[in-house]
Amino acid sequence: MSEHTEQGAHGHVVPIGVYVAVFLALMCLTALTTGVAYIDLGKWNTVAALAIAVVKMLLVVLFFMHVKYAHGLTKVVIIAGFFWLGIMITLSLSDELTRGWEINPTGWTSVIPFLHHLF
Amino acid sequence: MSELAAHDAHAHPPGFAHQFEDVAQQKEAGTLGMWAFLVTEILFFGGMFTSYIIYRSLHLDGFIIGSHLLEVQFGATNTAVLICSSLTMALAIRSAQTGKSKGTIITWLILTMILGAAFLVVKLTFEWYPDYVHHIVPGAYFGFQNHAAWGANAPYVQMFMCFYFFMTGLHALHMVVGLGILTVLVIMTARNKFSPEYYTPLEISGLYWHFVDIVWIFLFPLLYLIGGRYPGS
Repeated sequence: MSEHTEQGAHGHVVPIGVYVAVFLALMCLTALTTGVAYIDLGKWNTVAALAIAVVKMLLVVLFFMHVKYAHGLTKVVIIAGFFWLGIMITLSLSDELTRGWEINPTGWTSVIPFLHHLF
Repeated sequence: MSELAAHDAHAHPPGFAHQFEDVAQQKEAGTLGMWAFLVTEILFFGGMFTSYIIYRSLHLDGFIIGSHLLEVQFGATNTAVLICSSLTMALAIRSAQTGKSKGTIITWLILTMILGAAFLVVKLTFEWYPDYVHHIVPGAYFGFQNHAAWGANAPYVQMFMCFYFFMTGLHALHMVVGLGILTVLVIMTARNKFSPEYYTPLEISGLYWHFVDIVWIFLFPLLYLIGGRYPGS
């Protein structure tokens, strides 16, 4: 029971101020990601859009979904889920992006045009 | 028999199932189980995101033309609507945690449902229906009026719109399921099922609702924004 004492049977009650701050941050980031799309940053438009989406996801997961206050086992399961998503995307792309190697055996540099094409 | 009688005699918190050590362990098990389900959902949507990334890398020009067929203002509005609904959902759970009246909990739940329904209304009336009218729903006469302008990209514009309708459609389906779950929660709250000791159904339904919000948080930039919206993009 000792590890439960600070959480208690009632679960962690997040202060309303934290919820409102997270909400405002999410709204600002939505405005930011929309605004950035109207500025020509070249390849960085994609990077900015995805980076902002990841930050927004972390805010929702940590505070709205209470993962910041969750037990270790729950966190491990969540991290494992995203790790497997990473495997799915990375291994699929490692196939797709390296198909040019067969006909253009110049080594790893032949992947660069394909990487550019991603964005 | 006497054992059973003794067992029934001592007080249990409402909603406490006997196989658990205590209420905290029960809540932990429920949360973990819900996350195990959400991990399968991450990979379920992840399959679509993976194929979207690959086909986008193969047919970038067609996908950007397709992306420009979508209207950013509706996507952004719906993002804001869903973020508001996540806040009201979090506040509904907080009301139960802090022992507020069932009227307060139900108010937050109904607000969440209204915002969820508003998302679907915007999607249907301002996006999907005009898409249908403008022939950009994949099909036999897809975008016939634009074929000259699109040229060889036309099949890939159609492919983008296939991704768009499957991904947003699957997301909308999750929203409809979420509205059903919220309806059940309202009924359970009205029947006094929840207390500061026991609100696990609210908590794990909240996890689902926030998860659906996160899917949209990624769909919005991937479908509407990453082609760029600046002149000449």
